[in-house]
Amino acid sequence: MIRINCPYCGERDHSEFSYGGDATINYPSLDASEKEWTEAIFFRKNIKGFQFETWHHSNGCRMWLVVERSTVTHEIKSVKPCHPDLQRVVENNK
Amino acid sequence: MKTRRIDNYGKINRDKILSFRWDKKNYKGFEGDTLASALLANNIGIVGRSFKYHRPRGIFSSGVEESGALVTIGSKDRRDPNVRATTQELYNGLEASGQNAFPNVNFDLAGINNYLGRFFAAGFYYKTFMGIPPLEWGKGTAIWMFFEKFIRKAAGMGSASGLPDPDTYEHAHDFCDLIVVGSGPAGVAAAVEAAEKKLDVILVEQDSLIGGNQLAENDFDNSQIKNQLENLGIKIMTRTTAFGLYDNCVVGLLERVTDHISAPNVNIPRQRFWTIRAKHIIVGAGAIERHIAFNNNDIPGVMTVNASKHYLNRYGVLTGKRIVIATNNDSVYETAHQLSEAGANVTVLDSRTNFEIETNKSFEIRKGYVPYNINGSKKIDSLDISKSETINKSETINCDQVLLSGGWSPAVHLLSHRGVKPKWDYNNACFLPSDTNENITMVGSSRGLWNKNDCIASGIAGTTDALNRLGISKTNYFFPKPGGWKNPIQPLYEVKYKKSRSKSFVDYQHDVTTDDVRLAHREGFISVEHLKRYTTLGMANDQGKMGNIIGLSLMAELLNKEIPEVGTTVFRPPYTPISIGALSGRNVGKHFRPLRVTPMHQWNIDHGAKMIEVGLYQRPWYYPKENETLSDSYIREASTVRKTVGICDVTSLGKIAIQGPDSTEFLNRIYSNGFSKLQVGKARYGIMLRDDGIVMDDGTSWRLAENEYFMTTSTGEAAKVMSWLEELLQTRWTDLNVNVTSVSEQWAGVSVAGPKSREVLNNCVDDSLVITNNNLPFMGVTSTFLKGNIPCRIARISFSGELAFEVYVKSDFANTMMDLLWANAKKYDGCLYGLEALGALRVEKGHVTAAELDGRVTIDDAGLTKMASTKKSYIGSAMRKRGVLKNNDREILVGFFPTNLKETFNAGTIVCEKNNIKGQGIGRITSVTYSPELGHWIGLGFVKGGLDKWKDTNLVGADPVRNKQMDLKVVSPHMIDPKGERMYA
Ligand SMILES: [Zn+2]
Repeated sequence: MIRINCPYCGERDHSEFSYGGDATINYPSLDASEKEWTEAIFFRKNIKGFQFETWHHSNGCRMWLVVERSTVTHEIKSVKPCHPDLQRVVENNK
Repeated sequence: MKTRRIDNYGKINRDKILSFRWDKKNYKGFEGDTLASALLANNIGIVGRSFKYHRPRGIFSSGVEESGALVTIGSKDRRDPNVRATTQELYNGLEASGQNAFPNVNFDLAGINNYLGRFFAAGFYYKTFMGIPPLEWGKGTAIWMFFEKFIRKAAGMGSASGLPDPDTYEHAHDFCDLIVVGSGPAGVAAAVEAAEKKLDVILVEQDSLIGGNQLAENDFDNSQIKNQLENLGIKIMTRTTAFGLYDNCVVGLLERVTDHISAPNVNIPRQRFWTIRAKHIIVGAGAIERHIAFNNNDIPGVMTVNASKHYLNRYGVLTGKRIVIATNNDSVYETAHQLSEAGANVTVLDSRTNFEIETNKSFEIRKGYVPYNINGSKKIDSLDISKSETINKSETINCDQVLLSGGWSPAVHLLSHRGVKPKWDYNNACFLPSDTNENITMVGSSRGLWNKNDCIASGIAGTTDALNRLGISKTNYFFPKPGGWKNPIQPLYEVKYKKSRSKSFVDYQHDVTTDDVRLAHREGFISVEHLKRYTTLGMANDQGKMGNIIGLSLMAELLNKEIPEVGTTVFRPPYTPISIGALSGRNVGKHFRPLRVTPMHQWNIDHGAKMIEVGLYQRPWYYPKENETLSDSYIREASTVRKTVGICDVTSLGKIAIQGPDSTEFLNRIYSNGFSKLQVGKARYGIMLRDDGIVMDDGTSWRLAENEYFMTTSTGEAAKVMSWLEELLQTRWTDLNVNVTSVSEQWAGVSVAGPKSREVLNNCVDDSLVITNNNLPFMGVTSTFLKGNIPCRIARISFSGELAFEVYVKSDFANTMMDLLWANAKKYDGCLYGLEALGALRVEKGHVTAAELDGRVTIDDAGLTKMASTKKSYIGSAMRKRGVLKNNDREILVGFFPTNLKETFNAGTIVCEKNNIKGQGIGRITSVTYSPELGHWIGLGFVKGGLDKWKDTNLVGADPVRNKQMDLKVVSPHMIDPKGERMYA
């Protein structure tokens, strides 16, 4: 079982979270072209090793998190809030 | 074979006699017995019939590796098949029977299979019934399907009861610093060391007693160890198996709470499924003794050496009178000595020629000898032995038992669960655990240590390793080197005697013989994973704990390779079988998934509602008057709404509070239609698309104030929409100042629909002026009060096409609101209506729901193109125009009438052109209802090209599942009041 250390709630089972997806995608602006959106939505890297991905603490504080996880071992290197303001709050409280 | 209980041996409680039944006869045993030891004490040698050949099978072991004594425990709905007799504790009244035999294990008609052996070799079924000409693929498959049920009946194990499980199971959770698996000398040393260093420790033992293999020693007493562990505050969990290791030091445990009790308290669960989250894991799971493959090595009376030691010293059962021990290693000599002391005549065949062993000469040692054939069928009559260099008939020994020790395999299973491959150790002829970066340490004989002092030292080293890895200490430590016997082991996996065609078993439980392994090799199944699947070696519920290495060694020999080059199969959880009941825990029956009810749930039932499940929600389905059927009821309800007024609980809709200065901008981005100009006091129907341009959900948003909205979503998509809004705000649009809060549980909602709805509400609100057509026009919103000073929100929204209002109050006022509305609705001959009537009304009106918006449909497909703004960009606006979504032949929302208006149809019907009824047709019907207004059945659905293309064509509805077919015509989805005159009234 993957354990994720939520910056707000503490370490919890992955069953409390919902998987989001690739956290490194820069979604294009809403008026961007179909081609840009196609790139953003349908083309994914298939990383072997550490990747940044989003998880939603859906059965907890409802925060969206960026998790740096190895797709090979499930080892987790870092967990941060997605929202930069929340990231700052977590940093300041360390 | 003659097995019997003897005096002055064993740790059983001879003062407590237990009665049990075996194959419908009564027997007696003692407290502390297992079913296996009690059967042996009663001289019962045959306990089952083998999987394919129906050969008589006895008890091979004294533990979890058992591959012969699989029995059925209990009867009726508590019938539990494939239980290992060797681990089933005896209790008073236990009922057990042998398996895979008719009429019984002693006389089994299917024993004939034994003589048809060549038909049951590896791959036989596939080749005969599926592959070879003339039964080639396709044709052969049908023949296989015909024969399969007979074959499955003949080749099998015990059968399940087929009845609901009457027992309860529990899921439990715990945390600790260190979990130690196994209570042998290594595990106990590790646990004690850790507790003394102030770690919080759980010690897990699958047996009922702690001690591990020391329980087979004649002078072992665990009471002191137990006291020490308890005084140190260690949590001891016996009868508990660590069945799997998972990521992040999570350990799965199965605790058998009542499987050893005759009449358990009904308030305690039968088993507990534990999830333990530890910081470090120490595995001292021991090692498992292997057998040796040779002809007829499965005759009842064959057993591992260590098992017979257990039966003697733990259970006081002497397993034979004239015993031959066959070995290749030092571990058997203490047992040989003790068996002869207990009164057996013992001969040891040791395949090795040059070795020194100290004995008291109470038994004979034949150096350089191996067994090659057992004579006998239901019991052992004698054993043919040979010099080990070349196998030739040299001598036959009369005996009633043959004990085998082909070496020991460390139990590396749990580490294997983590993907760590074991490494082969030539000196000890076994796989040893490899190192891992995870916080898991292997200790004791599961790391290949054969003597007790080394095991204890490894336990202490293991805890030091744990403390270092946890950053608590930085102490040097070393593990003792694997091994510990005086003389080296001589690899011995099979004794091949070519002059006989008798069977030589590798895997007892699945009837896999050495010939099967050779056949697999001849036919090219040489990779370990192919070998396993082709022969089913190691695929029985013992997972080949005894036989796997023998199979590997045979393949290595055939390939002229070494065992490590051949590899090893991966062990997967569970280590021993787990009941499905334990996996599901309490999540059964009504608790299978959470139940959601609305705050007026009981009110609805009290007023005659029949309920239906929608997602997790219980919603009113229909409100039958006496003798009314579902269809009578919903037709009456829908007609009443159109005629006067009806009241419907709509609380299950998702509700989200959207607040903050950028709320309007936010809604304008997520909905496909414009929201920037929505005035305060107005609501708007909106559609949300996914990034890829497909419709995600529809609902309404009400502008309550400049920066505050109240959003409703569909019942089914409520959670998804909430997560989606949070994702957008937290990951993509982090500059927007918006807060979203789920308020689905906080508000109770009701729809008041029908021409008399305003009159009903007039009597219910404090100030009837606020709901006049002027003050609350179509899509108007107001916050006001119901009589009794109850704050409420009212929107003039219609799903039925009639004049209608949605009224929301705080959930606590739900019943009061229902009483008030219902009392007034009755004055206008109104009704309560449920989901079925709601469906009829919306289908008549052509409103889409989840049945239509199924994740494949675009806004244009749903006929809602006018809802897609051309003046702004929004989520999905770029992608909804991509090629595939713009094809001319996309299926477009339409209405359907049966051509013959007396006919009916069902949702799921495939729409086809006349004379071309095949495949997926040209469309489908998604929702149907009887229309009280039109007086016949109507449907909503999709057809390629839409109404324009098929307006005047007769189409066919094909419903092969229900064996139905009818002529259809395509109509506008807006089947009544297309201009919406009633809604604006
Ligand atoms: Zn959290």
